[in-house]
Amino acid sequence: MAEHVAPAAGARSGIWSWITTTDHKRIGILYGVTAFVFFLIGGLEALLIRLQLASSQNDLVSAETFNQLFTMHGTTMVFLAVMPLSAAFFNYIVPLQIGARDVAFPRLNAFSYWVFLFGGLFLNASFIAGPILGADSLSVAPDAGWFGYANLTSRAYSPGFNVDFWVLGLQVLGIASLAAGFNFIVTIVNLRAPGMRLMRLPVFTWMTLVTQFLVVTAFPVITIGLVFLMFDRFFGTNFYQVSAGGDLLLWQHLFWLFGHPEVYILILPPMGIVSEVLPTFSRKPLFGYAVVVYSGLLIGVMGWGVWSHHMFSVGLGPIPDSVFAGTTMLIAIPTGVKIFNWLATMWGGQLRFTTAMLFALGFIAMFVIGGLSGVMHASPPADLQQTDTYFVVAHIHYVLFGGAIQGIFAGIYYWWPKMTGRLMNERLGKTHFWLGFVGMNLAFFPMHFIGLLGMPRRIYTYGPELGLDSLNLVSTIGALLIGVSILVFAANAWWSLRHGETAGNDPWGAPSLEWTISSPPPAYNFSVIPEVVSRLPRWSRTQMRAIPDVPPEPVHVPGGSFWPVIAALGIGVLATGALLHTLWVVLAGAAVLVVAIYAWAFEPFEV
Amino acid sequence: MRTLTALALGALMLGAVACGGPYPQSTLDPAADFGSHIDELFRWIFWFAVGVFVVVESLLLFVVVRYRARPGAPEPERVHGNTLLEIGWTLVPAVILILIAAPTMQTIFRTDGTPPEGALEVDVIGHQWWWEYNYPELGITTANELHVPQGRPVSLRLTSRDVIHSFWAPRLGGKRDVIAGRTNRISFTADSAGVFLGQCAEFCGESHAKMGLRVFVDDSVTFTQWVAGQRAAPPSADTLPDLARRGWEAFRLIRDPASNSCIACHTVQGVSGGVLGPNLTHMGSRSTVAAGALPNTAEGLARWLRDPPAEKPGSKMPRIGLTEDEIAALVAYLQLLR
Repeated sequence: MAEHVAPAAGARSGIWSWITTTDHKRIGILYGVTAFVFFLIGGLEALLIRLQLASSQNDLVSAETFNQLFTMHGTTMVFLAVMPLSAAFFNYIVPLQIGARDVAFPRLNAFSYWVFLFGGLFLNASFIAGPILGADSLSVAPDAGWFGYANLTSRAYSPGFNVDFWVLGLQVLGIASLAAGFNFIVTIVNLRAPGMRLMRLPVFTWMTLVTQFLVVTAFPVITIGLVFLMFDRFFGTNFYQVSAGGDLLLWQHLFWLFGHPEVYILILPPMGIVSEVLPTFSRKPLFGYAVVVYSGLLIGVMGWGVWSHHMFSVGLGPIPDSVFAGTTMLIAIPTGVKIFNWLATMWGGQLRFTTAMLFALGFIAMFVIGGLSGVMHASPPADLQQTDTYFVVAHIHYVLFGGAIQGIFAGIYYWWPKMTGRLMNERLGKTHFWLGFVGMNLAFFPMHFIGLLGMPRRIYTYGPELGLDSLNLVSTIGALLIGVSILVFAANAWWSLRHGETAGNDPWGAPSLEWTISSPPPAYNFSVIPEVVSRLPRWSRTQMRAIPDVPPEPVHVPGGSFWPVIAALGIGVLATGALLHTLWVVLAGAAVLVVAIYAWAFEPFEV
Repeated sequence: MRTLTALALGALMLGAVACGGPYPQSTLDPAADFGSHIDELFRWIFWFAVGVFVVVESLLLFVVVRYRARPGAPEPERVHGNTLLEIGWTLVPAVILILIAAPTMQTIFRTDGTPPEGALEVDVIGHQWWWEYNYPELGITTANELHVPQGRPVSLRLTSRDVIHSFWAPRLGGKRDVIAGRTNRISFTADSAGVFLGQCAEFCGESHAKMGLRVFVDDSVTFTQWVAGQRAAPPSADTLPDLARRGWEAFRLIRDPASNSCIACHTVQGVSGGVLGPNLTHMGSRSTVAAGALPNTAEGLARWLRDPPAEKPGSKMPRIGLTEDEIAALVAYLQLLR
């Protein structure tokens, strides 16, 4: 590869260089920063929800606002925070772990980011778009739940712009996810350095690969559901119209057929991160590498056969309920295998409790709780009492906050030195971890009781007669603690960028390829494409040494292009036109998109 | 430090559970066979979960304490796996899951809602945001407060007139979704008399939180009396005292717009035939107004009539702009519809 002759791209500073960048590392940073901002917005929504529920019959926010808050909290955390935070790592780390100079389609990669950004802005614009659209309130944010069950989402029951923002915004975000999905599959399959066989891939890259297959197969399913809904709302079709013979369960099947693989899209990448962090800080290789990889694959495949466990209360009948209970319980087995393999990885090791390691340990400790409550509602009769109550809210937050978010923080503390060249402050890091750990258990553990004692989800108020005031107050205090912990993290990041100790190539003594190059890596990553002879290149007997920055000869790296951002803008305009029901805006958006793709296709790209 | 934190957290939560309550919507205190079947199964699963939790978290704590890095310790041995161990921790969870799955399957079939012999059938219809109950066998129509006899099997047939709701009275049993175009069933036999709270459990729009319900499990004498009361004709206009008579007139008045008239949406047997809102023929016999939003007292009723959307956001009953005189008269009339 190194024989291609092309100089590293020119300008590496200024706003324009970021807008036109096709460098996977910069796109990774863009994903990370953007997703973190959305994470803060989703977190604020959560805090408002918790403040409203801190006591019975509270009237901090109205019913309408509350419904918008929980809808946007769910939608934001799933599509605009956890997924793109993982995408930040796919972008930054995967090419480094496989010994590549970029992803397979650098401009498509940029396109994915910009579409994601515009999709996120589009969705959040609904909070302030009311006056422009002639609505009588400031906010017309989506309010039918992140799961948007038909027929509450129909024009008849949701006449405003709220659901239009949701149905269009999710379609836009789907485009970003699909483009990135294909990009990373091709990258991981085709751009591996010589000797980087599949069974030598770092587990994070493996889980990325499985996740992308889930993305490219699951997103078309929800897209179909959304297109049906869009046609019902905009053109008066009858997909979810009961009086015209539509079946409301069609939406639920389509949504959860996407929705359950989506759960694994959210959790597999953090599982991959944990599988990187634990060995490094135990100074032992991952125990049972092949089994961990295969169980990840198995979880991905089996994730397609369990969707109806979200629908045990809809009355599918005892036979389907039994079948889906069985498949759901089966999926606990590969998950359990991973946990035991992680424990065995640490067994006999030399554990160093860095912040990254604490978060990985926290992931295991909390994910176990989420997994066990999951087995409880895998049992349909038990689920008849638990579904749509705070018990399930507790479960998903143990899985997605205790699991996914803690895993992502493990990844941030682990790879931050690689991305920025500086170490984070360990004292602040540990404060962040412990505040968050205490906070999440205060916030989410009482929710198990709140649910079992009879409080449904998605209610903006509850009566004092339920006897749940004190538990709810504890939960709210926990949520505020989580908020404080996130501020500590932000302060840490700020501090590190200014005063952090210089990291060097490999501050942790880690085994994989990304630690052989400088931090942050040069534009071309590897001056020489490494020859991989082992699964743990830096820990094997023929220990791989640092790769010098100075390229021995000119290196091929893709330059910049502004067509991806223009194409993404076209999609944003198109969605806005659809929202406004204005044909010429739709056509203008489509025209921009087509022109940008055409120009992109014929653009000479080797600068 | 870690143990202390854990203990403190546990104590705080137990404290919070202890100083709350009683819990009228608890799933852990069943009062009917449906709820008991689920409760038994849940407790069985729960103890397995506790066992797994203790084992895994103890292992984690042990590893963390035992294998912390010590200065000068030798590099750990690079173990890559152990097939026997890995087969072991695949099989053990599988066995546990079989122990959970078997009673699960049994309970699925016991709780699938098939009506038992001689069950009292009730049609439950979900509306935004109230419940309609029809007893075809008894010729009764009522709203929000369901009366069932103690000890006799009851079978609810659930469907919706608008969006999806979910009927849930936790102490009697699990929830079932209430879906337009489909009919679901809940069957149960309540074993103790009393009032059991519940509410809609599927997000159904703006006032989802205020779609409460009550199930009155009556002993046989009380139930017979209730049935007789519900089947009695409402008082005729000329027997009404003066204030209530004016209320009757206000109830029948055609307002502008006509959709603001009481009779456009509500039925009072012999007076009107509206079907969009709850049947009011015997509304004086109910304990709450507007699906549990307010107590059915003179004051509660007056507040509701004054401004329904203020009590229940998005309420389909609009603010009609009744005068205080009209409100007082309507309250007097509605309270007589017992």
